[in-house]
Amino acid sequence: MNSISPLFWTIFIPCLGALGIYLANNDENKRELVTLSSAVLLFFTVISLVPGVMDGKRETFLLFHMTADLPVFLKIEPLGMTFALIASSLWIINSIYSIGYMRGNNEKHQTRFYICFAISIASVMGIAFAGNLLTLFIFYEAITLATYPLVTHSGTDKAKKAGRTYLGILLFTSVAFQLLAILWTHLVAGTGDFQPGGILAGKADGPLASILLFLFMYGIGKAALMPFHRWLPAAMVAPTPVSALLHAVAVVKAGVFSVVKIIVYIFGIDFLVSSVMTSWLLYISGATIIIASIIALKQDNLKRRLAYSTVSQLSYVTMAAAILSPISVKGAALHIVAHAFGKITLFFAAGSIYTAAHKTEISQLNGIGKRMPWTMAAFAIGALSMIGLPPTAGFISKWYILMGAMDAQSIFAIAVIFTSTLLNAAYFLPIIYVAFFKKESAETAEHPHGEAPLPIVIALTATAAGTLLIFLFPDLPLALAHQLVGVSP
Amino acid sequence: MIAAHYVALQVVLPLISAPICALFPRRSQLTWGIALVVTGISLFMSFNVLNTVLDHGLISYELGGWVAPLGIEYRIDVLSSLLMIIVSAIGAFVLLYARHSVEREIGKDRIHLFYTMYLLSFTGLLGMTVTGDVFNLFVFLEISSLSTYVLISMGAEKNGDPRALTAAYRYLILGTIGATFYVIGVGLMYMMTGTLNMADLVQRLPQVIDTGAIQAALAFLTVGMLLKAAVFPLHIWLPNAYAYAPSVVSAFLAATATKVSIYVLLRIFFTMFGSTNPLDGTPLSMILILLSIVAMFVGSIIAITQVNLKKLLAYSSVAQIGYIILGIVLATETGLIAGLVHLFNHAVMKCALFLALGAILAQRGSIYLNKIQGVGKQMPWTVGAFVTAGLSVIGVPLTAGFVSKWYLLKGVLEQGWWFVALLILISSLLAVIYIWKVIEVAYFKPVPENAPEAGEAPLSMLLPLWIMAGASVYFGIDANTTVDIAKTAAQSLLGGAP
Repeated sequence: MNSISPLFWTIFIPCLGALGIYLANNDENKRELVTLSSAVLLFFTVISLVPGVMDGKRETFLLFHMTADLPVFLKIEPLGMTFALIASSLWIINSIYSIGYMRGNNEKHQTRFYICFAISIASVMGIAFAGNLLTLFIFYEAITLATYPLVTHSGTDKAKKAGRTYLGILLFTSVAFQLLAILWTHLVAGTGDFQPGGILAGKADGPLASILLFLFMYGIGKAALMPFHRWLPAAMVAPTPVSALLHAVAVVKAGVFSVVKIIVYIFGIDFLVSSVMTSWLLYISGATIIIASIIALKQDNLKRRLAYSTVSQLSYVTMAAAILSPISVKGAALHIVAHAFGKITLFFAAGSIYTAAHKTEISQLNGIGKRMPWTMAAFAIGALSMIGLPPTAGFISKWYILMGAMDAQSIFAIAVIFTSTLLNAAYFLPIIYVAFFKKESAETAEHPHGEAPLPIVIALTATAAGTLLIFLFPDLPLALAHQLVGVSP
Repeated sequence: MIAAHYVALQVVLPLISAPICALFPRRSQLTWGIALVVTGISLFMSFNVLNTVLDHGLISYELGGWVAPLGIEYRIDVLSSLLMIIVSAIGAFVLLYARHSVEREIGKDRIHLFYTMYLLSFTGLLGMTVTGDVFNLFVFLEISSLSTYVLISMGAEKNGDPRALTAAYRYLILGTIGATFYVIGVGLMYMMTGTLNMADLVQRLPQVIDTGAIQAALAFLTVGMLLKAAVFPLHIWLPNAYAYAPSVVSAFLAATATKVSIYVLLRIFFTMFGSTNPLDGTPLSMILILLSIVAMFVGSIIAITQVNLKKLLAYSSVAQIGYIILGIVLATETGLIAGLVHLFNHAVMKCALFLALGAILAQRGSIYLNKIQGVGKQMPWTVGAFVTAGLSVIGVPLTAGFVSKWYLLKGVLEQGWWFVALLILISSLLAVIYIWKVIEVAYFKPVPENAPEAGEAPLSMLLPLWIMAGASVYFGIDANTTVDIAKTAAQSLLGGAP
């Protein structure tokens, strides 16, 4: 805890960016420049932290003391590093995308949009690097509030209603369950700090820890564990850049990130294996995976199908953690990365289709692959990653989760993985098929369109490429995941 | 040196200035100026006293040089100084805001009387916090109450609501019952112990504590002050009183009057009757815990149904007072810290909320939910302050309300009452509903065609408003001062008399 470290800047740069965006309100191009430069600056700051983490250094930074025994501080560890890398890199790409989308659709309130985005990213950095439960909670609530104006962006009654569902479920779960769990943990363990090996071992007995686990898991509403998942499809009312970053990357990732972090650093895998009832989590997350996939099958609205796919994919991470094998926990960390890149690509594609062709339903997408080859190619790559096929990142994470399930001899988990892979294929492959191999409808022929605006195409190409690159060069995410479960410093 | 007399001067100065204001009919600016200067000086003196107490621990001041227990003693420890600062700071900052608001809501020829009553109310409340004599406390209680009744009735002026008169009358009846119960309790204690001095009572009460008279005294004192503190179900005077009073009055009262009454309850339970631990697993504590939980829910649920925003905030106060009482009745260090921190935090956030409403009333002409659509766009700073303080009511982290909630939950969990903890959390979620109702109307609805052209409030209103709203965030980020003061006060309360 010393002079201004890069850790502090990871939160402060996006905040400064928000201020800059506000001040540049009158000049669109200047304003966009502020967003992009903040994003780039943030990315390099985050990158600068990587060598230290790889060496095993666990830098901390004290933000302030809420009271004498309640510090709010940041501390790097491998999982947080992974999350921060994803969020900061994708912010750049998403900003490029947003510029294309917001301008292409002539959206209103663009300044408010970019400001809330920047504040959300600042909150994500705070979650990623949180050193204790209190810090995590502060930034966890901050992102709920900062994304509310983004979800309700259009200001229509529908948006307002969706906003209520969004806020209602997220605040209910975090206040009624998570805060209770945090305070209880503080009381029992004497601290809320994240420690390798957990802080509850020896302090809480099996039944109490089981209750705490229940409260924590359902308290993290952003992980969309059923039945508290409804906010996710409701939030699809937001403009696609919001869905892309927030619901493929920031908000949902904050959820599953918190799940894994708390399992690893508050409970500790060994403690969970030995003393705590965790099988319910395995079954509920497994059920969520399957049920959400089945619901996805039935959706014709592209974004809604992607939303339920997200609910399902998030529970992959939760289930991987619930299997409690070090290998599957590695898989959980890797899936956070893979899903982020894959899903953002899919949402980018959905927004691209909307911007260029004004289509939202899958049944309207016949032959669109010919008119929008880049978009649909990117979509195909993202879809393959969701299904978990090589050469995409999703293959690697699924491999580890499967290996972990076998290591833990969990027939249930193995069955869920196989079934859901088939279901994923069932609801993604048809889209690709009709896009490329069906003739477009007569209606579309009368209203021809081309590819989406260039910024959009650049963005989705970048994330699709990222999905492939992670498969080809997985060293960094793998190394960080290994540090997470391996020899802990 | 005059600094030694600040303790008394801070009360005497507004007391003398009040009738002076009455001498200047139609000079509204002048009387406002007098009131502002006087409360400002009182605030300065209060800070001085606070610093002295923090350095030296306890101040004992004999009024007029007459030695206690025959003379009246002003006795100020950390707890008293916390309340003292709340009253004088809120009193002064609200006055800064008052000029514009009062001119809109009160007839020009009565404004000087308004400030007279305001200063008297200020005197009364401030006096209650610093006196160490139970009868002197009653005197100040009556001074503040009577002037408060008048202040509330002035809500019927000009464009106000004539229901203010009935609200004031009802408060007068109930408040007098409360004050009378208090003085009956004082009388019984005097009869049995022969003293009116608090510190002396601490020595003498234990010997007579098992007598029927003293048990009755405790009952009268408790009920009387519970009524003044608007603890459910003795709260019924509060919603109408806060709703129909002038905005400045609502802001000042909501932040101070009930808080001072709770302070008196603390003195009764922990200082004077401290030796018997009346809250240690007794039926009294069970009843109060139950009542405070009911208050949390009833207050919040009724608030959700309100269309009159001032009434909404009033019912919200009933719920918040429930939180404070619950913390206090736990009678543990953590519980008392929770109660005292929330006492302070609630004063600050409720003041901000009522000030914001006053500004909206001044510019849009109404504080009814169906008449203020789109006000968020017209008055961004004002509504922004409302939202900030509103987030503190909900208890969002980084606001003061979160710190109070943290300690309250901690105190409850320390007792092992996880179910009560869950109830507290669910009731605080109810606050989300009523705050969000306002946000949705203010930001999501367009400004209607026939709405008055409303600009942002003037700086004289915005500044105190944002000081209060800013404070509800500041004390959520750096709660060290408030928690330390609350801790010291809690320890002295639990350890016995100061």
